[in-house]
Amino acid sequence: MLNIKDLYASVEGNPIIRGLSLSVQAGEVHAVMGPNGSGKSTLSKVLAGHPQYVVDSGEILYDVSGVMTNIAGMEAEQRAREGIFLAFQYPVEIPGVPTAEFLRASYNVVARHHGLEDMDPMDFDAFVRSKMGVLEMDDKYLDRAVNVDFSGGEKKRNEILQMAVLNPRLAILDETDSGLDIDSMKIVANGVNALRNKRNAMIVITHYQRLLNYIKPDVVHVLYQGRIVKSGGPQLALEVEERGYDWLVK
Amino acid sequence: MNDQPENIKSNNIPLGGEYKYGFVTDVETDSAPKGLNEDIIRFISHKKGEPDFMLEWRLKAFRHWLTMHEPHWPNFVYSPIDYQEITYYSAPKRKTDGVSSLEEVDQEVLKTFDKLGIPLGEQKRLAGVAVDAVFDSVSVGTTHQKDLEKLGIIFCPISEAMHKVPALLQKYLGSVVPYSDNFFASLNSAVFTDGSFCYIPPGVRCPVELSTYFRINAKGTGQFERTLIVADEGAYVSYLEGCTAPIRDENQLHAAVVELVALDNAEIKYSTVQNWYAGDKDGRGGIYNFVTKRGKCAGRNSKISWTQVEAGSAITWKYPSCVLLGDNSVGEFYSVALTNNRMQADTGTKMIHIGKNTRSTIISKGIASDYANNSYRGLVKVMPGAENARNFSQCDSMLIGNNCSANTFPYIEVENRTATLEHEATTSRISADQIFYLQSRGLDKEQAVSLVINGFCKDVFKTLPLEFAVEAVRLLEMKLEGSVG
Repeated sequence: MLNIKDLYASVEGNPIIRGLSLSVQAGEVHAVMGPNGSGKSTLSKVLAGHPQYVVDSGEILYDVSGVMTNIAGMEAEQRAREGIFLAFQYPVEIPGVPTAEFLRASYNVVARHHGLEDMDPMDFDAFVRSKMGVLEMDDKYLDRAVNVDFSGGEKKRNEILQMAVLNPRLAILDETDSGLDIDSMKIVANGVNALRNKRNAMIVITHYQRLLNYIKPDVVHVLYQGRIVKSGGPQLALEVEERGYDWLVK
Repeated sequence: MNDQPENIKSNNIPLGGEYKYGFVTDVETDSAPKGLNEDIIRFISHKKGEPDFMLEWRLKAFRHWLTMHEPHWPNFVYSPIDYQEITYYSAPKRKTDGVSSLEEVDQEVLKTFDKLGIPLGEQKRLAGVAVDAVFDSVSVGTTHQKDLEKLGIIFCPISEAMHKVPALLQKYLGSVVPYSDNFFASLNSAVFTDGSFCYIPPGVRCPVELSTYFRINAKGTGQFERTLIVADEGAYVSYLEGCTAPIRDENQLHAAVVELVALDNAEIKYSTVQNWYAGDKDGRGGIYNFVTKRGKCAGRNSKISWTQVEAGSAITWKYPSCVLLGDNSVGEFYSVALTNNRMQADTGTKMIHIGKNTRSTIISKGIASDYANNSYRGLVKVMPGAENARNFSQCDSMLIGNNCSANTFPYIEVENRTATLEHEATTSRISADQIFYLQSRGLDKEQAVSLVINGFCKDVFKTLPLEFAVEAVRLLEMKLEGSVG
């Protein structure tokens, strides 16, 4: 589904990703760990197509209608319509726009891209409510302006709700556990696990092993100085937890 | 009648598709020579066959105007206006003089309104909205008039009201905005040519929206219309106003006056979507919009509510205000002012609390992009007798890009200790983060900007009648196309 080959990327002229390769298949969950400044968040932004993050060389091959296509130059909204989803570490506030309206606008624009009809507000309301239960979100969310006056936990749940609504093929969760207490983290993890299936894949970016107790990865990667220095099974996350990163980067 | 009239030609000036009402209608006109003097005023008054009191009022206004100076305190710059270079009267020729009937109106004029989406013919007229269509200096047709008459509602061109109901007109004309009020209002009083008059009798709730559509067409013409709305005791009316003009290189002056009077327990809701030609991206051409709008809550428990979406004009100078005279009366002002390219707007409101327990609300949303300059200017004044007056003001500005500016000038004068006033102001920017967030959910850049702007303006849009709100949203989207780079 995703094949990143020898990727170099920079932000405002500073090279951050330096020779990263990563291959992800449908049905897999990959965890990406690494110390501060290793390029984890940059990787997520580059994959989602943030305009300030420039690909200098290498390829990001992604399955677009059955063809592995280099999406390095593709606009963010095109990537989203093709099923790439980024759950933000710091979700952005959109004052005055009710969450329901935002979700529906987003759902419809993606549906249209796939030749489907728009969903009308009544049907959409029922659809979105069906997704909220597992995230333990109450109906009031839908009328509140997107992320405005949301607590940290509410914002993260809202990200997963968007993911549930858009049903992406490739979801990137950027430090979704940051700022969450243990209860909120469980709820978020339940929401994510409910969305796992054979057709989609996830990249879970995290500082800590803790989240991986709840979202079980198939593969764990350690990122350092913009490239992957070690990959392994779930056991690797536990080793990192125990020994830190030093032994991996020397 | 064809949908695409042949004689209405699109102008050739490139405009990047922003302004779709910029065409000119070829029509034979009956015009006054340009320039302004007492003879011109007599000419206008004579053309309208006005009663003597009107001519006298106009001349008084003119003589007063000669003693006044153009105000230069607003926060914008523009090239000087030569008042002798303006044509003060221009009307499409009629087959006969006298009272209007649609059969006598030039077909090209009717086609123009069709093209603007305002059909005037009996079969095609808009349901639920009665329209008075003003083309340059005259009203060319008013729909639904007969149905309204059955309810005792008078809705007609103001020039017609002078003959139909002279006593009513004389009683209320200038009662809210006197001829000596300000430079532009005095000019208007001297030379105003048409506009709408509307009277809702006691206890009547007007069943349709009343609306005036203003179209400037002729070159070198100023438009000076005057609207007067009176809601008698317990009456209710919702009134809409729309405006467009052709694309021209030179500036054209629009100096209107709107007066509203609400008696005991009456309510007037006045909504404007202003989309005059705003000039090109370098600031060439466009309408100078100097407008005096004021409502008087004369009666107890009366209410006047202004909603404006100001999206056009090179210069906007406009402060729709409420004089809260009656006890327990309520004034509201909801405004979205969008300026892009080189547009400049200095707009806001005045709330004058005179009666006891009077309340006012001000919600202003200013949006500036490109090189535009957008100022909110507002006055809340509480007079000594206004016990327990309350005001809430919120003035928010949004900037798009780095070359535009937004300013807020709130004036507060309180002469009664029991008053409660709240003022909030914010300035924000559409952030790259917001746009990326929305893009990462599949919305393209323009959809993203429009969602953010709609959210920003929501408190104002929700006060507009539904169809108008939809139009307002589209208008802002069209205006902002390409603004976020």
